[in-house]
Formats: sequence, C-alpha cells, structure tokens
Amino acid sequence: MSLITFAGRGPLSRGTRRSALPLGTIGRHLRPFALPAALLAAWELAAHAGFVDARFLPPLEAVLARAVAEIGHGDLAANLLASLQRDLIGFAFGGTAGIFLGLVIGFSPLAQRLLGPLLLVHRQIALFAWVPLISMWFGGGETGKIVFIALAAFQPSLINTWQGVAAIPRSYRELAAVLTLGWLDFARLIAIPGALPQIFTGLHSALIYAWTTTVGAELLLNIAPGLGGRMNEGQHLFHMDLLLLCILLLGGVGVAFNIIAGGLERRLLRWRTP
Amino acid sequence: MSTAAAFPDAGSVDARALEIQDVSKRFDVAGRQVQALSRIDLAVGEGEFVSIVGASGCGKSTLLRLILGLDTDYEGRIRVDGKSVERPGLDRSIVFQEHRLLPWLSVEANVAAALRQSRLGAGEKRELVRDHLQLVGLDPFAKAYPAQLSGGMAQRVAIARALVTKPRFLLLDEPLGALDALTRLRLQDELLRIVRQGGTTAVLVTHDVDEAVYLGDRIVVMHPHPGRIATILPVTSAVSRDRSDPNFIRLRDEVLSWLGVSRAGNEAREPSVAEGTRRFA
Repeated sequence: MSLITFAGRGPLSRGTRRSALPLGTIGRHLRPFALPAALLAAWELAAHAGFVDARFLPPLEAVLARAVAEIGHGDLAANLLASLQRDLIGFAFGGTAGIFLGLVIGFSPLAQRLLGPLLLVHRQIALFAWVPLISMWFGGGETGKIVFIALAAFQPSLINTWQGVAAIPRSYRELAAVLTLGWLDFARLIAIPGALPQIFTGLHSALIYAWTTTVGAELLLNIAPGLGGRMNEGQHLFHMDLLLLCILLLGGVGVAFNIIAGGLERRLLRWRTP
Repeated sequence: MSTAAAFPDAGSVDARALEIQDVSKRFDVAGRQVQALSRIDLAVGEGEFVSIVGASGCGKSTLLRLILGLDTDYEGRIRVDGKSVERPGLDRSIVFQEHRLLPWLSVEANVAAALRQSRLGAGEKRELVRDHLQLVGLDPFAKAYPAQLSGGMAQRVAIARALVTKPRFLLLDEPLGALDALTRLRLQDELLRIVRQGGTTAVLVTHDVDEAVYLGDRIVVMHPHPGRIATILPVTSAVSRDRSDPNFIRLRDEVLSWLGVSRAGNEAREPSVAEGTRRFA
C-alpha cells in the first residue's frame, strides 16, 4: 500500500524537491565560509605575487607544513592543552564566583546597595589594567595567570546573573509569596530557571573572555607552556608560520567554544522552544 | 488545615469563615493619595460562592490581594475563623487572570510547586497532583510544558495548582477574562462543578455580569472612586443555572442597572449566547 502511494506521489514531489533544494541549501550552508575563504585566497595571492615580504607573511602552505610538523612531534598539541587547562580552571573559578555573587546581589536588596556601585566601577576598569597588580600580588606564574583569567570570566557572569535575577517579573515573586515558598524554593523553582537564559549568556561571553585573556596572560606574564608561549617563541625566533598557526588555532578554539556553548544552551533551555 | 466542609445552602451559611470588616485602603500614586477601597464590609460563609462584580478601578482585585495577605497595609480587619490575616497562607489560594504558570516547569511540576511547603510524603504529593490534573481533565498533559497548551488548558492547570493544597478559600481574580467566549462558558461550568465538589469557599472577582450571576450564591456589586460596595444581591434558588431563564435575566439586568447600565428596550430583547457572554467593561 505504501508502495502505491509512493509510486503515485513520488515523481512529482521528487521533481519539485530536486529543482528547489540543492542549490539553495548548499549555497546557504556555504555562505558563512565565503568571506574567510576569500581572505585566505587573498593571503595566498599576496604571498606568492610578492606584494608582501614572505618573511613577514609566509604563504599558506608554509603554515600548513608547520602544522603538519607540529602535529608530528606533538609540541603544539601539548601547548594547546596547557592553555586550555589554564583557561578552563580560570573560567570555572571566575564563572562560579560571578554566578554566586550575581545571585546574592539579585536576591538581596541589601547586598545590591552595598556591592552594586563597587561592581559597576569595577566594570569600568579595563581588564588589562589589573595585570601589574595581579603579578605583584599573585606572581607571574600559574596562580597569577589563573587569577587574571578568572577575573575576565567573573565580570560577564556576574552582571548577567544579576540582571537575570533582577528581571524576574513581579508576578512570579507574587506567586512565590502566595505559594508561601521559602527563599531556597524561590531560587530553585523561580529565580534560577528564570534567570537561566541570562546566566547562559553571561557564561557564554565569560568563556570567550577567558579564552582571549588566557593568551593575554601567557603573553604578558611569565613565559610558560601554552599557545602564548609558542607565540613568544615565534616572535623571537622570527617563525612567522608558527605565529600565524597559533593565531588560527586561537580562532578555531574560540569557534569551537561558541558551538559547544550554543548547543548546551539549546539543550538546557528546551522549554523555550517546545 | 482543611476542614471537611459540609455543603451548606446559601440560606444557612456560617458567616464567620471569612470576615472583612470596615476595610479601607489607600495608595500613593505619584504623590497623591488614591482611595482604592472605602469601608468594605463583607462576610463570606463556609462553602459559599461569592461573586464580586464592578467596573475597572473599583478595587476588587485589591480586595483579593488583601485577603491573600500580600498587602497588609490597610485599615480595618480581615479575619479567617476570627483570626487576623497577616500573611499569605495555603488556606487561601488564587487563580490569576493570566495563568502565571512557570514556563520552565512541566504541567505536573507547576501543580506540584504549590505543595512545596506541604508536609506530605512524596508519594502522597504525586497522587494529589495526579488527582487534581484529572479533576481538570488534563492528566494526559502532565509532562507537557505551558507553552504547548492553549489558553484554556493553561488556566485549568492554574486552577489545579490553586486547588491541590485543598485550600479553604479559592480566590478567583477574573480567571476566565482572557479566554475566548466559548472556552469561558465551558470553564464556568467546570469551575462550578469543581468548587461544588470540593465544598471550597470561593470569591470570584469579575467584570462579566453574566458570569457573576451564573456562578455566585451572592453578588457583591462594587462602585469605583473610591471602591465601595454598592449592594449585595442574593442569588435565590429561583434563579436556576440557566442563562435563558427569566429569573436569571431579571437578576442580571438588576446587576447591570446597579452598575449604571440602563437597559433600554428590555422587553424586546431576546437573550442569545452572544448576549449571554457579553462582557461588561
């Protein structure tokens, strides 16, 4: 029976699909890659046509050869892992502290009055302005780097959590009062899930901030294993291919973080798109 | 907490269940004092269904907030069983005009949220939630999220949530006001059945005169500026729950005239469904 209906309807639907689908969808999927591809092509052209000194901008294949060599002896992978580890530890500390303090301030008008102005001033201070202080207090080693990264992750998660909790509608607070919920139930059933989209937004930017700051920490504080360390090496030994490879890698990790965070967000906030 | 209520008829109610005595409430609006309620006196008996009807601004929703204990800054006294109301409690629950379900919780979790403060065991709670979803006919949707429900279904979940704690008083703040006419008629019957079945005492605030007459044992007509009680009309047994019954229409017209709506050409009109659901704004 299904065969008959298939035979009856098949050609027509397949025919219309064939004409409508392929070019449109492929085009749509490729569109995000158009500009990067054009840039890479321009880079390649510039390197080969002699517009630029190849010592300063080596051609793509040199970077690729460097990548193959690095993958071969595993140096870069080890450095990438060292950076990622540092990044995620700092992110975990800063993000947790930000969410926790954001919840406290969001819940407690007293905490908001006490800490709010201070935190708003803190927000105005450029992140890199803390570098000298951090290196004096915590040293330029691993601790100092992680504190710096945590500080970067702290700010967006704090502000977003705070705003998320503050934006819980009055009607929900009233509901909590009518149901005689205690503050713990209010947090669990209403405030945290209600603020969750904002908290995710905060964590998402915290993830990106932490990653950019990781490289900053590795470049500005003591040299240690990590992508920043390799970039230092590339700069001092004039290995432009290594430097460019590191930059591409940094971008790649950032994109990967974005994709992972976006996927998690969609999964955890399923109730918004039933 | 929940005393099993007998089913008293409107004539012999114990008028001590909920007492509102000489209640006045002022609001500060942009530096000016606005009298929201002025000297409200009302006693609601056990198992009674009281409809409060009035134009917007007559303070009827404010009165519900005071009964709930959400706002204790007023003059006069509100007492339940002779004890002053000082804060919200599970003996009084409310259905708001918007369903106010938490969008991130499933239907059953929304109903269960009302039982957070209850000391019952987990099994009993589960059973209560299931029973009450059954009561409103939504047990197949226990796992659904509010965004997947229609307006009428969501409001039924809100009714289940309000009843799951077995409150003595069910306060209804224009609960059907946001629904379409047909759903409203259907839910009015459902509400009546549920309230009668549980012996719950109900206070309904509405600006739908038809609804007030259809559901109430008594109708409190309020006037605005300042919010005050204009009159209280009993719904006698002669008024059957039949919207086209002459007694029903007579009482509805009386309420309308108390609200200042003159009904010219009264005799010539025939009640129709559209007319029956006509809302008084």
